[in-house]
Amino acid sequence: MRRVIALVPVALFLVLAAYFFVVLQPGYDPHALPSAMIDKEAPAFDLPGLRDGKALARDTLRGQPAVINFFASWCVPCRQEHPLLMRLAATGKVAVYGIAYKDKPEDSTRLLDQMGDPYRAIGIDRLGRTGLDFGVYGVPETYVLDAAGHIRKRFVGPLTPADIEKELLPLLRTLGGS
Amino acid sequence: MIVELGHFCLILALCVACIQATVPLVGASRRHIGWMDTGRTCAFAVFALIAMAMAALMHAYVTSDFSVVNVIENSHTDKPLLYKISGVWGNHEGSMLLWVFMLSLCAAAVALFSDNLPPPLRARVLSVQGMIGVGFLLFILFTSNPFLRAPNPPANGHGLNPVLQDPGLAFHPPFLYLGYVGFSVAFAFAVAALIEGKVDAAWARWVRPWTLASWCALTVGIAMGSWWAYYTLGWGGWWFWDPVENASFMPWLAGTALIHSSIVVEKRDTLKTWTILLAIVTFSLSLVGTFLVRSGVLTSVHAFATDPARGTFILLLLLVAIGGSLALYAFRAPKLQGGGLFAPVSREGSLVLNNLLLSCGCATVFLGTLYPLFLDAMNGPKLSVGYPFFDRTFVPLMVPMIVAVGIGPMLAWKRGDLLGALQRLSVAFAVSLIAGLILFYMTYGGPVLAVLGIAIAVWLAGAVITEWADRIRLFRMPLADSVRRAVNLPRAAYGMSAAHFGLAVFVAGVSASAFSQEAIEVLPVGGSMRLAAFEIRLQAMDKVPGPNFSADRATIVISKAGETVATMYPERRFFPLQKQTTGETAIRGGLVADLYLALGEADAAGHWTVRAYWKPIVSWIWLGCLIMAGGGLISLSDRRWRVGAAARSGRGAAVPAAGE
Amino acid sequence: MRVLGRPVAAFLLIVWSVATALAVEPAERLPDPAMEARARAVSAELRCLVCQNESIDESHADLAHDIRVLVRERLSAGDTDAQATAAVVSRYGDFVLLRPPVKPATWVLWFGPVGLLALGLIGSFLWLRRRPGIGPTPLTVAEQQQLDRLLREDG
Repeated sequence: MRRVIALVPVALFLVLAAYFFVVLQPGYDPHALPSAMIDKEAPAFDLPGLRDGKALARDTLRGQPAVINFFASWCVPCRQEHPLLMRLAATGKVAVYGIAYKDKPEDSTRLLDQMGDPYRAIGIDRLGRTGLDFGVYGVPETYVLDAAGHIRKRFVGPLTPADIEKELLPLLRTLGGS
Repeated sequence: MIVELGHFCLILALCVACIQATVPLVGASRRHIGWMDTGRTCAFAVFALIAMAMAALMHAYVTSDFSVVNVIENSHTDKPLLYKISGVWGNHEGSMLLWVFMLSLCAAAVALFSDNLPPPLRARVLSVQGMIGVGFLLFILFTSNPFLRAPNPPANGHGLNPVLQDPGLAFHPPFLYLGYVGFSVAFAFAVAALIEGKVDAAWARWVRPWTLASWCALTVGIAMGSWWAYYTLGWGGWWFWDPVENASFMPWLAGTALIHSSIVVEKRDTLKTWTILLAIVTFSLSLVGTFLVRSGVLTSVHAFATDPARGTFILLLLLVAIGGSLALYAFRAPKLQGGGLFAPVSREGSLVLNNLLLSCGCATVFLGTLYPLFLDAMNGPKLSVGYPFFDRTFVPLMVPMIVAVGIGPMLAWKRGDLLGALQRLSVAFAVSLIAGLILFYMTYGGPVLAVLGIAIAVWLAGAVITEWADRIRLFRMPLADSVRRAVNLPRAAYGMSAAHFGLAVFVAGVSASAFSQEAIEVLPVGGSMRLAAFEIRLQAMDKVPGPNFSADRATIVISKAGETVATMYPERRFFPLQKQTTGETAIRGGLVADLYLALGEADAAGHWTVRAYWKPIVSWIWLGCLIMAGGGLISLSDRRWRVGAAARSGRGAAVPAAGE
Repeated sequence: MRVLGRPVAAFLLIVWSVATALAVEPAERLPDPAMEARARAVSAELRCLVCQNESIDESHADLAHDIRVLVRERLSAGDTDAQATAAVVSRYGDFVLLRPPVKPATWVLWFGPVGLLALGLIGSFLWLRRRPGIGPTPLTVAEQQQLDRLLREDG
């Protein structure tokens, strides 16, 4: 009995060490925050449009998969992912929508004038309320909605080419985006 | 040149540490005196070499030598001298160097003060310390070298995070590390005892002063960090159950348990395997604390995983140090013979209860800190564990402990008289009950648990005084005799009383924080608001230049019943180099209450957000910690720990005056 | 030490502009003190998601401000404390709760320490009770025979 009890501490430590080992594996990201909204209907929003007064509302997005990108002119990583969004939109196969999060409309416009506009429509979320409803932590964040308007995936932080190739596009294919 | 010299010293220290780790150990098993003695020589040499390396890095910082990568990344010519020096350990590489410096200091101290130690035990202890040193020197040299040169030295450095430029934080890491590393002595003694297969009262007597000293340093270090958080963060919080804080709190809890359980080993020659385990666990938690925090496993594994070499090295180090010692424990501990018998109600029994509660408290903190991360790694749900969790799990464990702290010292060894002890404590109980009732009446409708907490603090303080009065037979014999007894009482007894009294002061301070009041308003210059009995008026706002920042300074006049009682100057400081703004609170206080002011930002109309807090006896929190640490120091000054004392009086059990 | 704990993942720091406001700003407060007190209590148990172990009540971050406002709106609209909390949880998940919910995945967390204490109490009780029994070892067969012989000789 004494011998068994004496083995307990080292056994517990080995469990701990195994945990550290898992943590050390490349590819494990403890900060990956799965959205609480996954597979739920996207929150309702009806935002004034940034360009040509084209408003952006949830219910008009139904019918085909949509990518919603929260961005702001004051956000540095947004500029980093911007060219990727441009390329994605240029394929014409993906419906990318933008929501300008806590940003002055004139600043957003200036950003898009400088770097190009990948969005089919842009909603102005001046106070960040729509962002809050989506459970946004910060910008940029990108959501994928299916044709029924359910959130299927969330990307926190700037999109990378790998995100788009390995996750976003395959997901859109399964969702039947044309 | 000096930098290369420092680098060279570090490499040389590694070589000498390798000798220290092996030769004395072999010498001890072969009973070769000469080989055993190399341990001492090596320990001194390693200390001297690492001290030189430390001095070299410090020199690089003080002279702003921007050819060194570490200095570029963490210093700047405009930084005040104090922060140039503290910048040395304000970063990963430098803090690791400070860590091994402390380790070598401890080893050198063991070598210096161990004349009365049997040579084989001394040799083994120094060897184990040498092994730890080898591990960390390798880690520094291969993954975290502070002496690397930059190919193209820039004109100036990146500077130190403004939040770190604070006197309270400048000395927080050295104390913390001294505490962490000091536990390595107890660890080395435990491993040496396992190798020898012998633990006795004398062993406990040698281990205790080292444990006590490091416990004191850790207590001060944690208190400093908490005090810093209090005056820096701008809303008066002082403990957040943050993983980083928990990492320092766990070894403290385990170390506190160790101090108490080693008393039982010393006095009664029992509870040995448990004490050995505690010694190993305490230092293991220190290792986990330093490394997992420094390398970011607890805060952001991301930073950790980006440097896989560092992470793998640390894991390997933990496996060897902790896994190795625990395996040795599993192998040898069952062979250790238990000693004296005792009844559940006895001094030993109370110390066992203390150990149980402290260990469970430590386990709670451990689970609360690591379980969410663990669950996440197992693809479980994402969880947060914050203060509401610890309030419901940790605090309920500590309440019975604090109550028991009052009773334990009144019980006799072997078989105690609980009823008798409670009878003698009836005055303390009555006083705490009355104090609680009065407070309850005065704060009716307020927080009841805080009233309970203060009543418990009064109980503990009363019990400590009763125990002391009992010991000197106050009022039961002529006063002159009592005074004589008081003078002759061993220092260790006073140390215990002081530490327990400090705990009471701490508990009172913590509980009273529930009675604090706050006021937050947007004030124009000239505007005022009320808080408790005070009127707080924003009299003026000024722009004030600093050495490496510019500040908005508020002049705030505090008055009570129309009379000015104080003028305070909270600031907002802007550091142009880092483009960062920090708040500088203004605190006016003392033993009764703190008045705490923080300045927010200005709105478009030029009105300033001012937050004011009135916090009764909040300073008792840190005062209590200092008294606890002071108690440890008093105990440390006890005659029986001194060099040679143990040798003269022979086995520990022969000394009658029971400190604890 | 805790400074190093404050910053979260690097990207979140980049994303969020340097927050300079203080927690609970005057403009956020509700006119009704009782309602405001409820709001404070609710927000004290919600994690500031972009901070390290800070509640939204203490945090300076922008997102904390937004959630504080949301909580106050919900309470003003007649929600109970639990409903207001649930509104935040539905957006951000259990991660936002500083006190994790009690469910099978958290049983170890909630009941582990108490279980350990019970185990420790039982263990030390057994240890204390058993030890006196160890005292005198039973006589060996040879010793028993010797004792019998001695007793016989006496009697």
